[in-house]
Amino acid sequence: MRHLQIRIGPAGFRIGSAWPGPLAAMRDLYAGYPMPQDDIPTHTARIEPTRFWRRWIRPQVAICGDHMLMDTVPMALRHGLLAAEMAMNLQMALGERRFLLLHAAAVERGGKALILTGESGSGKSTLAAMLGEQGWRLLADEFVLIDPESMMLHPFPRAVSLKNSAIPEMERIVADQSRFGPLLRDTPKGHLRHLRPNADAIARMDTLAAPALILFPRFGEAPQVQGIGRAELFVRLTQGSTNYIPLGERGYGAMTKLMTLPAAMFAYPDTASGLDIVERYCAEVGL
Amino acid sequence: MKDAWPLSRALADPLSTRGFTAQDWTDVISIARAERLLGSLAHRLSGMPLPAPVADAFAQARVQAGFSHIQARWEIEMARRALAPRGIPLILLKGSAFAFAGLPAGIGRLVGDLDILVPGDLMAPAEAALLAAGWEWLKPDDYTDAYYRRWMHELPPLVHRDRGGMIDVHHTILPLTARRTPDADALVADSIEVVPGIRILSPADMIVHAVTHLFADGDMAGGLRNLWDIDRLLRLFSADADFWKDLKLRAARHEMADPVALALRLADRIYATPVDPRLAGYDRMSDGLFIRRMLARDGWGRETRPFIRLAFYVRSHWMRMPPMMLARHLWIKARSRRG
Repeated sequence: MRHLQIRIGPAGFRIGSAWPGPLAAMRDLYAGYPMPQDDIPTHTARIEPTRFWRRWIRPQVAICGDHMLMDTVPMALRHGLLAAEMAMNLQMALGERRFLLLHAAAVERGGKALILTGESGSGKSTLAAMLGEQGWRLLADEFVLIDPESMMLHPFPRAVSLKNSAIPEMERIVADQSRFGPLLRDTPKGHLRHLRPNADAIARMDTLAAPALILFPRFGEAPQVQGIGRAELFVRLTQGSTNYIPLGERGYGAMTKLMTLPAAMFAYPDTASGLDIVERYCAEVGL
Repeated sequence: MKDAWPLSRALADPLSTRGFTAQDWTDVISIARAERLLGSLAHRLSGMPLPAPVADAFAQARVQAGFSHIQARWEIEMARRALAPRGIPLILLKGSAFAFAGLPAGIGRLVGDLDILVPGDLMAPAEAALLAAGWEWLKPDDYTDAYYRRWMHELPPLVHRDRGGMIDVHHTILPLTARRTPDADALVADSIEVVPGIRILSPADMIVHAVTHLFADGDMAGGLRNLWDIDRLLRLFSADADFWKDLKLRAARHEMADPVALALRLADRIYATPVDPRLAGYDRMSDGLFIRRMLARDGWGRETRPFIRLAFYVRSHWMRMPPMMLARHLWIKARSRRG
């Protein structure tokens, strides 16, 4: 099977594809990433035809790998890159048992990490990508990895998936167009385009950061800031974690420590005002 | 890798991994995940010098298995609380039994559903007790329900409405339609109490059951893992001088002498398990087909050898029920799928 091997933070991936196209796109998107440690990737993701003739006739891409879900919907071949990304996500979401996984994005400044979390469409990826171009270091999009023992955040700087209106916004800011993947139109999540983190984020992917602030942005509403109670913070973070329960006591311990961090929720109508609110919170906690 | 042979070698002889290349490690990890044997492999290779990524993957596999044991123990306790007040003994089967009794087959093994054996005359009260304690039917359609109740060796699977844990309640170890009829009363009578209210099968019966599970359940899917269970159990039980004699008697009593013999030969060939040659008998031509079927994975963990797989799938149904009944069953299943 034709394939690609890369390392993203602590995880070594082997990505196999039945078609050359998605793999070529992956190679471009992940240009400059290191090889897996000792050349041994321990996460295998695959994209394959759903039936053998579906490789050529009305191609249909199934999301596969070491860990699979029974009822994932197959995708069109022109969205093959997205399928490969989802197959990689699945390996982390279902297989990770070392770090606590949070469904979140994160950026770092001065060794301290800001965690942006919330549901899909909350704008966390866009804000993180923006901050990553403005003096912050992008640590993660989609999955934030916390070591339950040291409580340090291990960077996992995957390509950021930009959706809909976030695409032109980032295209205006990022000068190096080679950092963008192809524009994927009409995916199940709308228009989608991947953005490779900048060279600094990739070069320093093994430099850890200490979580310092948790924010829950909510895109598309009038500016509004509100606090968040400890209980609600706990529930929201556990809901957004795919491996909180299987980590058992270690997961619980890590979650209770995260709850002691400063946290808040806010709504914002556009990216500029969102960034503004983020910086104000950061100033408050000395970040 | 062209098949799962390096995995079975590594399990049987950990030193065989000394010459592994980076590619070999990647392949064997994918294959072991597909066969649900990564945790077992992790334990077998513990103490060996390993490349850092492999050691990390193994550590995570051990965490995963360890957590499944905690869940399994909790489900066992929940079932015990439901059944004990009504005087129904809880006889654990398969993974739950290995984990609960601390048998070597449980080490590193993922334990999924809770399988229990209940004396046939206590099935109705056991069912009522479980329903009252929050378990619900998973497959509520009438045909499936009637099919299970009339022909199968277990109730339709029950799922707990709060925890999502599944329980399979067996009253014997083979479907009633199968051509062999195990002595279910003997399984119950000779079971061993581990703690008050919780029992496991006797050693010889546990092997016989593992063998029924290896051959009768489906199409040899998961065969490498099920055979690994047998290897681990045989190595422990055969320390007892009378074990092989007991096994011969029990295999005959449960009408399972031939399948037990085949399983012993396969364990010997695949895991170099020490077995009594008088029970295992001579190698047969068809043994090779079983071995080819069980090792049918490529280095990406994908299934290979589709024709052998299909043959075993057909065989599994053939063994499970007589031809006319099979035809009727497949007809109803096909129609329900279209509808």
